[in-house]
Amino acid sequence: MDMRTTQALLYLNAVSVSFDGFRALNDLSIAVEAGEMRAIIGPNGAGKTTMMDVITGKTRPDKGDVYFDGSYDLTKLDETQIAELGIGRKFQKPTVFNMHTVEHNLLLALKGERRVRKTVLWREGVAEQSRIDEILGIIRLGAVRSRVAGSLSHGQKQWLEIGMLLAQDPKLLLVDEPVAGMTDVETHQTADLLKEINKHKTVVVVEHDMTFVRELGVKVTCLHEGSVLAEGTIDQVSQNDRVVEVYLGR
Amino acid sequence: MTSSPLIRALDRGAVAFILVLVAIGVLVPALNLLTAESSVWHVPTYLVALWGKYVCYAILALSIDLIWGYCGILSLGHGAFFALGGYAMGMYLMRQIGTRGVYGNPILPDFMVFLNWPELPVFWYGFNHFAYAVLMVFLVPGVLAFVFGWFAFRSRVTGVYLSIITQALTYALLLGFFRNNFGFGGNNGLTDFKDILGFNVQAQETRAALFAISVLALIIGFFICRTIVASKLGMVLVSIRDAESRTRFLGYRVENYKLFVFTLSACMAGVAGALYVPQVGIINPSEFAPANSIEAVIWVAVGGRGTLIGAAIGAVIVNYGKTTFTSGPLAPYWLFLLGSLFVLVTLLLPRGIVGTVRHYSGALRDRKASAAAEDGITPNEPAPKAAE
Repeated sequence: MDMRTTQALLYLNAVSVSFDGFRALNDLSIAVEAGEMRAIIGPNGAGKTTMMDVITGKTRPDKGDVYFDGSYDLTKLDETQIAELGIGRKFQKPTVFNMHTVEHNLLLALKGERRVRKTVLWREGVAEQSRIDEILGIIRLGAVRSRVAGSLSHGQKQWLEIGMLLAQDPKLLLVDEPVAGMTDVETHQTADLLKEINKHKTVVVVEHDMTFVRELGVKVTCLHEGSVLAEGTIDQVSQNDRVVEVYLGR
Repeated sequence: MTSSPLIRALDRGAVAFILVLVAIGVLVPALNLLTAESSVWHVPTYLVALWGKYVCYAILALSIDLIWGYCGILSLGHGAFFALGGYAMGMYLMRQIGTRGVYGNPILPDFMVFLNWPELPVFWYGFNHFAYAVLMVFLVPGVLAFVFGWFAFRSRVTGVYLSIITQALTYALLLGFFRNNFGFGGNNGLTDFKDILGFNVQAQETRAALFAISVLALIIGFFICRTIVASKLGMVLVSIRDAESRTRFLGYRVENYKLFVFTLSACMAGVAGALYVPQVGIINPSEFAPANSIEAVIWVAVGGRGTLIGAAIGAVIVNYGKTTFTSGPLAPYWLFLLGSLFVLVTLLLPRGIVGTVRHYSGALRDRKASAAAEDGITPNEPAPKAAE
């Protein structure tokens, strides 16, 4: 692709994915503008995680286009290349390196040299140390920096993973269920954290917790059976009859 | 992570281990060569050869621990790389026999004369040169591991599936090397060696030297492994072991990392095999047996996976046990003992010997530190004076 085909940072056009005949995504089209924060909601099996898998290269779509930054066709790239382009992903289940310390988790995620032979003699610099300190402040884990990540609470792991995304310095953050299993206070803090991150980055959040989505106060897309059911503000979407019927309940 | 790679690699445990190895590498040959046979300090030559064999097994265990303990690649076919290194050395030793063989053929090894082969096969060319043989000790296991790993890791074959195909690899080589027309001596393998670099392989001095060289190889191998695991590369390996997809989504080329350690590990196993053959005096296809590779994994599990030192200690302990038990009245039960050892270690000592020691000494340190903190005394500060 020589020319930008779209203004959107992330552009999915008529994407379909089937698993053994089950259509996980069905002609899904979504556009996310640069600098935007988008919340994706929808019932179980609506295709939210599959959509993340398609964007990050884990799953290849059967048909459709996925463009990043208008010029990169993500369906042709693998996970590593997509990560290098600047797309970071937080998994549904918090996935951190349990045997490494909090600090080392961030260190590994920091943007920088990824080639095998360069990592043997690699030494940490001052710039890296200060960036890690900065991220530890943002995710509020400064006090536990030298603890192994496996000993963190569930909520702390979620934050650490978000911190690792920040360390990658991506253009786009895909955040899958960031407040699952969090207390109300933690949920509130996470909303603040994401809003803070959104000042510099584009964010796509998949979440079930409607209080949390409301608190984010951003454009909401509701998926159902692999395609978009409704899109708009949280109030518009939650008043949509179909959304109420399939997802929110009466 | 701010210190130099050398300081990172040589922590207290590593330095202590290397010093112990240096002591063993110097003392055992010295006590063998310099003391009278009647002396209580004398180490008999048969023991030097036996312990030399254990040291080679320790190198093999180290190579397995690097990939299994740190990167989660469970190879159940590492004996194949060990045996290939051994065969490369064996081919050199065969060519050194010259006219001293039973048939007195200056070029062809005895088994080729026996099979009426008119000339030396092309793949035996060059093995009369020691340097070429040494190159092959690294190259043959290394290239095989690289090609095998390239396909396996790119196709994302992991876990038990990878273990099963490594078993298939070593079994296929076993069947191949058993065949006479394969050109490596069939089921008899290569034996009846005479000289290595002009020295008699049976001689007491040669055996002592081979022992010292094996210990040196173990030290070098250990140092290389420590450098790797203490570097950022080592951190990435552990990350791959614990959360492979997370590592990939962070932008690391997981397959390249795996391929690098797997190939390096195969070369180490090859060196172990090459040092093993002149000390044992024979290499035959049974070294490719899948059971051998599994046994080597047991050594690592017993000593402590992901500890390096534990792998080497485990190899020596299990093999010492094997030597002791297989020569006494318990001989018929050795395999049962080995099997139950693995079951018991898995159930009671899942961290292995060294792993358990480290775990409890670490826990003790933490408890002392927290107890000190509760008393209001941090280890770095002087105790506050009591209020008057």
